[in-house]
Amino acid sequence: MSSSTDADEKKKESFNAEAASLLVNNLRATFASGTTRSYEWRASQLKALIKLCDAHEQQIIDALYSDLAKPPLETVAYEIAMFKNSCKAALKELKRWMTSEKVKTSIATFPSTAEIVSEPLGVVLVISAWNYPFLLSLEPVIGAIAAGNALVLKPSEIAPATSSLLAKLLGEYLDNSCTRVVEGAVDETSALLQQKWDKIFYTGNGRVGRIVMAAAAKHLTPVVLELGGKSPVVVDSNIDLKVATRRIIAGKWGCNNGQACVSPDYIITTKDYAPKLVDSLKAELEKFYGKNPLESKDLSRIVNSNHFGRLTKFLDDEKVSGKIVFGGEKDESKLRISPTILLDIPRNSLIMREEIFGPLLPIITVDKLEESFDVINSGTKPLAAYLFTTNNKLKEQFVMNISAGGLVVNDTALHLAVNTLPFGGVGESGVGAYHGKFSFDAFSHKKAVLYRSFLGDAPVRYPPYTNIKMRLLKALVGGGLLGIIRALFGLS
Amino acid sequence: MEINGEFLEETVRELRQYFRSGSTRSVTWRKNQLTALLDLVHKNEDAISESLYQDLGKHPVEAFRDEIGAIGKSATYSLSCVEKWMAPKKSDIPLLFFPAKGEVLAEPLGVVLIFSSWNFPIMLALDPLIGAIAAGNVVVIKPSEQAPACSSFLANTIPRYLDSNAIRVIEGGAAVSQQLLLHKWDKIFFTGSPRVARFVMSAAAKNLTPVTLELGGKCPAILDSLPNPSDFKLAVKRIVGGKWGPCSGQACIGIDYVLVEEKVSSHLVELLKKIIRRFYGDNPIESKVISRIVNKQNFTRLCNLLKDPLVAASIVHGGSVEEKHLFIEPTILLDPPLDADVMTEEIFGPLLPIITVNKIGESIEFINSRPKPLAIYAFTKDETLKRRILTETSSGSVTFNDTMVQFLCDTLPFGGVGQSGFGRYHGKYSFDTFSHEKAVMHRSLCLEIEPRYPPWSKFKLEFLRLAYKLNYFGLLLHILGLKRYK
Repeated sequence: MSSSTDADEKKKESFNAEAASLLVNNLRATFASGTTRSYEWRASQLKALIKLCDAHEQQIIDALYSDLAKPPLETVAYEIAMFKNSCKAALKELKRWMTSEKVKTSIATFPSTAEIVSEPLGVVLVISAWNYPFLLSLEPVIGAIAAGNALVLKPSEIAPATSSLLAKLLGEYLDNSCTRVVEGAVDETSALLQQKWDKIFYTGNGRVGRIVMAAAAKHLTPVVLELGGKSPVVVDSNIDLKVATRRIIAGKWGCNNGQACVSPDYIITTKDYAPKLVDSLKAELEKFYGKNPLESKDLSRIVNSNHFGRLTKFLDDEKVSGKIVFGGEKDESKLRISPTILLDIPRNSLIMREEIFGPLLPIITVDKLEESFDVINSGTKPLAAYLFTTNNKLKEQFVMNISAGGLVVNDTALHLAVNTLPFGGVGESGVGAYHGKFSFDAFSHKKAVLYRSFLGDAPVRYPPYTNIKMRLLKALVGGGLLGIIRALFGLS
Repeated sequence: MEINGEFLEETVRELRQYFRSGSTRSVTWRKNQLTALLDLVHKNEDAISESLYQDLGKHPVEAFRDEIGAIGKSATYSLSCVEKWMAPKKSDIPLLFFPAKGEVLAEPLGVVLIFSSWNFPIMLALDPLIGAIAAGNVVVIKPSEQAPACSSFLANTIPRYLDSNAIRVIEGGAAVSQQLLLHKWDKIFFTGSPRVARFVMSAAAKNLTPVTLELGGKCPAILDSLPNPSDFKLAVKRIVGGKWGPCSGQACIGIDYVLVEEKVSSHLVELLKKIIRRFYGDNPIESKVISRIVNKQNFTRLCNLLKDPLVAASIVHGGSVEEKHLFIEPTILLDPPLDADVMTEEIFGPLLPIITVNKIGESIEFINSRPKPLAIYAFTKDETLKRRILTETSSGSVTFNDTMVQFLCDTLPFGGVGQSGFGRYHGKYSFDTFSHEKAVMHRSLCLEIEPRYPPWSKFKLEFLRLAYKLNYFGLLLHILGLKRYK
């Protein structure tokens, strides 16, 4: 036992800034050799990732169960299947993504042809999160590899079983000269952040997001920051309440027990409708999780005691005492909190000031549903916002006036699974986007290429400058053929 | 007007309020502003030329070619496209989610800050402004204090034409910039040097503000030995035009140095001298067609580059300077030492080093051993060399057989990579850089996918597996109880 601890200590000890620097240099050398550029290499790596999933599904399920007590179905459906899907889609589209895009040129540069060439940025760093530790590590990796980069993945130490499984499996399946996993916590992450990367892709919270961006600023490294926020759900009264309720539950407790960046954070509905909504939620929650949800195997647990403490603090806030209308049960030894609904809580309570990231669902009531927009807009821009209604005008207003990473009408969280939609935040919820081709683009440099010939040279460009040159230049830059002819004939 | 913290706070607050009012969202407002901007440029051509002459000694033709004309073209193009750009873009949604609709809607980021630089002081302020307006934002422009006449022109003229509730110009130096950076912006667009860019991005990090950094670098021109002598002559003419034409070498995409095979280097030098004489006469300072150096500080910096004795020894043409008028004549250096400042820093001036190599292919390694530049120029007819340059080097852009003109192309993204920056603009890219692309998905409340919900079962698991594979036939069999499990 002690020898393995010593070995672990040694391993951890050695990953400091020097080790990080060496790692980056190695990867840079490999990248410079051109290994990652070919279609064949990229496709082989993506295929290897799919094989990894197929061959080790049970181990992945076990790791996620260890880290989060994640129900196997959630792991299979929301981590593995979603990831495999993305891989396959990338494989299918890769050749097309890699092809340069021809663009039109105008008379200003005639004769010329132009295209936009996608090239890898180089050596990139992916820092992932603990809540979907498998998916959020490997989904960005698809983009990085498809775009032809070398990369380092730093999985979250808060999901240690998944972190170590990823280190092992990526080591076995992927080309280690180009893709490496560095495990660790704050020290290792800091060592990595000190290095010069060609891109940093970070999934996590705003506090660390700022640290990442500040570190990137030292090297002028572009970043993608996938953060979070309080994703609101506006619920109108003219809806199929049962369907809406089930979708809210699926997006909230069905997604890692509320510990998801796009989980419905809180609900806004009218004072009149709230009681109906609460009753519906209670009824459906019981159908899903039984009479004793604290014991339900279909719910993840809270990831660690830190977060457990954070969540119980929300419930202990005196402003919300007496507002719990459902749930509120906790079991610290098992790190479990039952699905909890709070009704009519004051807007300045603690739970309304931070992203909840847990199984607590506050309901804010308003007199008229239109007021919900002000409530949402008075906070920072969330990663997602949801609306349940059949009122088309309200839908239109919602889409136009609510700024968030993404919006879904009449469902929750689903847009993540659509890889033709960019997934990313705005304002406090993040910078940049990915999924599908957006992932490929996030890790590429789009190089502009202009081809000119030696035929014809507009003397207007060069000195000595004369009045006629000035006229011609105006016509040329103005872009009109007629204007050019007129200028040539001295008619303008 | 004193630019203090309170004034800036008030300004940002007012702008944010105006943005919240929704006034800048309509296509009418955006088009009106773009039209007004065109008006501003057309009606004030002389004043703009005059300001550029004062700040940089730019000739009116150069001022038109590089700034006034370019802005006019950009604004006209945006005006004709803005409505199209504003329209939501449909996204295909898999049948699995039927009935569903997906789209991406561009929305303004909000209150944006544009820092422009001194070398193209009108263009680099107004070109990003076009994008910010087209995308529906409110804007603060902070022009460079190193081009004071242009800064003043912008501060005085913009309020006369554009909506001052939405667009403000704030003048000042580093102190004002620092104060501006204390505020929360929804986007910062910066054109300038990597050194200042680091400050800007660090400040932006505090508020998670997205940034576009348009920086520079040492943009090389690779000159292959072209078999046709008239092609070679044309290439050299374009090199001269691309070096000293734009602001006397003080341009982010201006040619910094030339790479050429040793065997043609003397011919190159000879031709360069000839063309320089043709363009600028025997006494370039009197030609009035070359810009001057922007200020004493840069003048001294450039003179110091030549003070290094080994560098001075490599001068094959020019080298004379005239301090009173901040003028440095077109200067050619042949093979200066590679570790001298002139070859390790971005020159940003009228000194042109020629670096000779044995075989032109060696240029690629030379370029790759240095930071990624904003542009690479290559004069060649060799398709293999073109391919190699494209795939083996990395730069913001590559232009074959010409210089500078890529910047006139509205369909090409204009921006850097690595040390030359990140983000891009021009044409639709300007609109995009100041927009948030919001994903929107519409579902209906009828037609349910039951297996989404717990309690979980084997059936539901298998359903979801098949669903993810979009295996609709399999799903059908599964639902009908006809599928066999492994």
